[in-house]
Amino acid sequence: MSVNQTDAGYLAAQNQVSSRAHGGTGRKLRERAIEFVLFLCALSSVAITLGIVWVLLYESWHFFANVSLIDFLTDTQWTVLFENPHYGIMPLVTGTLVTSGIALLVALPLGTTIAIYLSEYAGVNAREVLKPILELLSAVPTVVFGYFALLFITPLLQSLLPNLPGFNMLSAGIVIGIMIIPYVSSLSEDAIRAVPVHIREGSYAMGATRLQTSLRVLVPAAFSGIASAYVLGFSRAVGETMVVALAAGTQPNLTLNPLEGAATITAYIVQVSLGDLPHGSVAYQSIFAAGLTLMCITLIFNIGGYLLRKRFREIY
Amino acid sequence: MKNTLFSVAFVGLLGLIPRMAAAQLIQIDGSSTVFPVTEAVAEEFQKSKKGKVKVTVGIAGTGGGFKKFCRGETDISNASRPILKAEMETCKQSGMQYFELPVAYDALTVIVNPKNDWVKSLTVPDLKKMWEPGAQGKVSSWNQVRTEWPNNPLKLFGPGADSGTFDYFTEAIVGKAKSSRGDFTASEDDNVLVQGVANDRNALGYFGFAYYIENQGKLKAVAIDKGKGAILPSAKTVEDGTYQPLSRPIFIYVSKKAYDAKSELKEFVEYYLKQGPQLIRQVKYVPLPQSAYQMNMEHMKKGKVGTVFGGEAEVGVKIEDLLKREAKF
Amino acid sequence: MEQSSQANFSKAVSRNKNRDKLFAVLGLLATFIGMLTLAALLGDLAMDGLARLKPHFFTSFPSRFPGQAGILSAWVGTTLVMTVTALTAVPMGIAAGVYLEEYAQKNWLTAIIEINIANLAGVPSIVYGLMALGLFVYQFGFGQSILSAGLTLALLILPIVIVATREAIRAVPASMREAAYALGATKWQTTSDHVLPYSLGGILTGVIIALSRAIGETAPLITIGALTFIAFLPDAPIKAEFPFISFEWLWSPFSVMPIQMFNWVSRPQHEFHLNAAATGLVLMVMTLVMNGIAIYCRYRFRKRIKW
Repeated sequence: MSVNQTDAGYLAAQNQVSSRAHGGTGRKLRERAIEFVLFLCALSSVAITLGIVWVLLYESWHFFANVSLIDFLTDTQWTVLFENPHYGIMPLVTGTLVTSGIALLVALPLGTTIAIYLSEYAGVNAREVLKPILELLSAVPTVVFGYFALLFITPLLQSLLPNLPGFNMLSAGIVIGIMIIPYVSSLSEDAIRAVPVHIREGSYAMGATRLQTSLRVLVPAAFSGIASAYVLGFSRAVGETMVVALAAGTQPNLTLNPLEGAATITAYIVQVSLGDLPHGSVAYQSIFAAGLTLMCITLIFNIGGYLLRKRFREIY
Repeated sequence: MKNTLFSVAFVGLLGLIPRMAAAQLIQIDGSSTVFPVTEAVAEEFQKSKKGKVKVTVGIAGTGGGFKKFCRGETDISNASRPILKAEMETCKQSGMQYFELPVAYDALTVIVNPKNDWVKSLTVPDLKKMWEPGAQGKVSSWNQVRTEWPNNPLKLFGPGADSGTFDYFTEAIVGKAKSSRGDFTASEDDNVLVQGVANDRNALGYFGFAYYIENQGKLKAVAIDKGKGAILPSAKTVEDGTYQPLSRPIFIYVSKKAYDAKSELKEFVEYYLKQGPQLIRQVKYVPLPQSAYQMNMEHMKKGKVGTVFGGEAEVGVKIEDLLKREAKF
Repeated sequence: MEQSSQANFSKAVSRNKNRDKLFAVLGLLATFIGMLTLAALLGDLAMDGLARLKPHFFTSFPSRFPGQAGILSAWVGTTLVMTVTALTAVPMGIAAGVYLEEYAQKNWLTAIIEINIANLAGVPSIVYGLMALGLFVYQFGFGQSILSAGLTLALLILPIVIVATREAIRAVPASMREAAYALGATKWQTTSDHVLPYSLGGILTGVIIALSRAIGETAPLITIGALTFIAFLPDAPIKAEFPFISFEWLWSPFSVMPIQMFNWVSRPQHEFHLNAAATGLVLMVMTLVMNGIAIYCRYRFRKRIKW
């Protein structure tokens, strides 16, 4: 009986597997050890959160000893740094939401379109060149983006809308949107590319165009990755500091009109912590209360995002 | 492969054993307004010491600077305002004694657009009308300040409400620190204010003298009349004390403990006080009168610690009077 | 009957084809907008800063004279800080992502951790700085050093790496894993030999974006004590005497490029603004170099995916 190639290969594999299987307790121990190390790393994320929440809560506790929660949530003015301080967080919240909203309106459509274009339409070489170039957008220091918004985008917008003030949320929102395009486009493009070829080819085999395949087959299949990209982009937009401080200004303003200037929570935090205020004053502690509010806002959005992803995720 | 990893890891662990910081290091932090002055002194001092002494300067802000200073992490704190009560408490609790040394003047300059031909000078009551809290939403055109001025919209620019400049200006003009209208264009970056005023005929703003001097072509400084005639800010008028009330002193606070312990710190502070005046002029701030620096030196030699401001801001005080006061700690 | 349905059919086909072409144009436009912005930014920086990019600029320390000032301490600081950040965040982030995706049981606890990580990505960088000040600088006693800075930035970008890792791993089809298990491989063997190599492309994308974010951060580093004027370099990592490698530089005070830029751009002298523009250009080149390595690896890995 001749032992042909396949059998030889099979026997060799069997030998290898057997010898590995006979690794015994040593192997199990190694597995456990590796799992434990990985577990510690995962725990780090929990530790970080606890650290941040601790810092925010500790100082906010002192803040709320001096300022009532009701005032904080309902007062319409945030004039903490002025002589007659008001501690209503709503102006900062609207500033944050409006600029982030504009940023997402810019980044999500553009980013997703770019992702689909790069993965389905562009050739391999074009893709491997364009993707890094776009990723370079996320490498620009935020200070540069801030000045870009102030000195380039705002005058540009002012030529279209003559009454636009020097500080406005539209300019800041647009620039933040452009800044987070790589988050959305690169991560989404990875997700779309990772959809198995047979799913893609099945759709093309049915005669679908690239657009139809993308929108009806690939995007739903890659939904988990795309949604994660959206969530990361949103988080980045909300947490952005320098661009808003420079382009939207630092005057709290309770308004939903993007054509006005307003301060966001992040701009306020940076303004105070790097400013000349004495650390330990109520005004200083207000930045922690503001930070805590921001965390609560992002938490709500992230829980929503998680539930959405869970619902619509496709497993193949 | 495994062995390489282990050996690298081992060597890496060796490196985690903490070492002592460089022996001759002077650490300074605090206000970004005082930064250019301290930077100039640090640069020249290091050069003169041929690198044997290292000096570092940060810009964590006056508040952040004091926090580190009271913890003993910095030897000198740059401050654009005197130390406040809360910070004095913190320093007292940690047993940190300090010398308060005024080092220069930062003349707050009120500026308008060069095309503004109606403002010849401003009095303090004029400015108060423009900037007081009651003006918010009400005083929005130039003729509401003085009836002879045109009915053009009043566009105001100023530094952010967290800055020492804002505090000093409001104290000097409105009478109480931080007491100001809220509807003006505020910016942390004075260059933005320069741009704002330079681009708008109806604008008025205030910021540090250095920013005016560097942009003289684009801006017009306004003479301030405190009752003794309208005085334009200049190195001369600030030095001889006639430009009031907007000449504010800026300070460095020196840790007594570090001063006694480190001889290089002693040398540095003496260098600051001796060479300071010419360096200060180079960075477009205004030096104090020579006598002030000498008094500073004497205070340090006598060990006179504490602050003469009692933990609150003050405006329009002459430096010589300041330095003669009893210090409180 | 046949005729009209045929006509409808070809109408539908050509409509779809037109939409397809339209989208191709849209996609190109969208990409173009991104590139145009980048070009405008670079052009703006170059116009002001290119003239300042002389060798002297790279080998001088900061100075009150704009003409003499340079970025030596800044770019050395950035390089060292980013080394610490990359060596911390990348292994930890990938490990955490692997654990959460491969090992953790899919219960409410992991759901909370997943939401939590996404939330961390939204915390403003300065809050990380404030936390790191209390933790690394004071509690652990690392002081205002490169080590503290590197760890702070690592914490900042960890969520991005973890999310990207998880998504990349999730995208590997179950059939790959099942084939490996069927042959008797352990969990770790499956992960390291089968899942990770195929997801490395996506992981590297996350790493690229994360590191790009870290290199441009200003506010948290100022908070933990990064300096703006520092006229000396940390001790060199390679020394002439035993043991030839020194870790002294980890404990050294430092400055970084974005802070230098930030300080120069807010000075009144116009020449400092030119310096700031030049610094911005150098920073972007540094980022490109740093990303270039990861991009090359990603390119190689993606070519191997054959499903």
